[in-house]
Order: sequence, then structure tokens, then C-alpha cells
Amino acid sequence: MTGTQQLAAGNQAQSRIHWFKYASPHTFYPLAGRLIPWFAAAAALLTIAGLYVGFFVAPTDHQQGEAYRIIFIHVPTAWMSMFIYLVMATWAGIGLAFNTRLSSMMASALAPTGALMTFLALWTGALWGRPTWGTWWVWDARLTSELILLFLYIGFMALQAAIDDPRRADRAGAVLALVGVVNIPIIYFSVQWWNTLHQGSSINLTRAPSMAATMLIGMLIMALAAWAYTIAIALYRVRAIMLEREKNTDWVKEVA
Amino acid sequence: MNWGSAGEFFAMGGYGLYVWGSMIVTFGALAVEILAVRSRRKTAHEQLRRWVRNAQRNGNENKA
Repeated sequence: MTGTQQLAAGNQAQSRIHWFKYASPHTFYPLAGRLIPWFAAAAALLTIAGLYVGFFVAPTDHQQGEAYRIIFIHVPTAWMSMFIYLVMATWAGIGLAFNTRLSSMMASALAPTGALMTFLALWTGALWGRPTWGTWWVWDARLTSELILLFLYIGFMALQAAIDDPRRADRAGAVLALVGVVNIPIIYFSVQWWNTLHQGSSINLTRAPSMAATMLIGMLIMALAAWAYTIAIALYRVRAIMLEREKNTDWVKEVA
Repeated sequence: MNWGSAGEFFAMGGYGLYVWGSMIVTFGALAVEILAVRSRRKTAHEQLRRWVRNAQRNGNENKA
């Protein structure tokens, strides 16, 4: 941004709400810093509440015994693995279309957390599958497409790491991320489209959930905790990325 | 309350390995992620400070 542009932006801000103010790293950096403690605290409190409900309030499942309690980790991480991918691809796409640096940095900041959530969904799924299905892993549509999601995240990060110029890395990563979006509906609908060992969704929008109310509440609290955690860690990471990438701008020298 | 004793709680009706294996790995991984980002941020800050310091030193030399 040149001086005159900044001046123009400043004049606009006086007359009306300036929606794009926080699209610039310079203004977003301190905002992110202020938001992190709130989301981190929310994540911690929701996790404690969710685990309390999950272990002490929710009853034993009459079919699966106590093994079902893995659901309080498995479903939130699986939801986040898909949702983070959509958000990441959206930011990457905005960065590609409008050449906005901050959007691409958000995409890069979300990828490792998305990969982690995918890994955890697979890991807890294996530990749940063993006692209930008698196997750690099976190549059914749900599990295979979730594994592909993990490879998409890893591919996105590897591709970005392999290209020295950050702006070129952003564009290449964005193309990969956008192509990979096709995998998300495949994961989501796999249990309907194919005959899978994985059970159908316990919750959907068209009918009442097929689980006890306290189980459902525990799971939803844990899902909110996963949301809050993801926002906090992504903002935390994007601040580090901003420092790395914007090191030759004046505003970064001021925060250092 | 589902559990008569701490032992019962940890046994998880015989599924302790699976339930605790999920919980410990999940929260362990999140802790590792937080520490990794913290160290990344620290490194970025240190590099930046070194960079600014060098720039200032060079700037002074130019003036002299």
C-alpha cells in the first residue's frame, strides 16, 4: 500500500465502517493478538465441561459399553478435519483470486491444524474400530476418503514448503486446495452413497439424533471446544507467519 | 455418576486402552502443536530483532 492509498483508506474509515480494514496484516496482527486469549480460554473451559459431561454425566451405551466415549473426541475432530479444509480452501481461493496476502497466510496457518485433526479422527477411529468392529482399519469409503484428506493436507504443506517464493507457493497451494475440495462431500456422504462398515451419521438436519441427550450435549460441547481451539491456534500461527513473511515492512519492525 | 471408584473409571469397563489411548494421544498432540507454534513465533521474533538491529547498525555506519 502506498502512502496515498493508506491516506485514502484512512479518510474512508472516518466516513463509514471500513470493512477491509482488518484485511491488512498491519491491522489484523494486533486484533488477532487480542482475540487469542478469549478463544484459548473458551477452548479450555469447553473442553473441561465437555469431558465432564462425557465421562460423568453421559450414561454407558447399551451396545458398545464404555468404548463409545471415544465419540467425544472422534466426532469433533472428524467434523473439524472437514470444516478446516473448506475454510482453508476458501481463504486460499480468495488469496488466489484477489491476490490478498493475508488470506493466503490464513490458509497456510490452518493446514497443520487440519492435518492434525484428520490424524486424530483416524487415530481415534482406529481405537474405536478395534473393540466395536474387531479391526483397526478397513478400506471402506469413509475411512479411505478421510485418509485422502490427510494426504491433501500434507500435500498442501509439502507443496508450499517446496517453493521458495511465498506468493508463488500460495498460488500453487491454492490450486491444490481447491481441487481437493471435491473430496469433502465424498467423505461426508460416503456413508450414504456406499455400503460402509462405518456407521451412518448420528446427527443430521432432517431427523432427531439417534443418541441420548446427554451424549449429544457432551459431543456438541466438545465440538465447540474444537472450534475455539482451532480459531485460537490458527490465529496464533498466522501471527508467526506474518512476522516471517512481512519482515521487511515497517509495521513488523515496530512489533519486533 | 457412572463410576463406583477411581479404578473403575480408569478401567472404562475393559475399554481403558482404547478410550485413554484416544484421550492421551489427542491432548498430547494438541500440546505439541501449541509448543511448536510457540517456538516458531519465538524464532520469528528473534530473527526479526536481529534483522532490525543489523539494519540500524548499517544505517549508523552510513551516516558516519
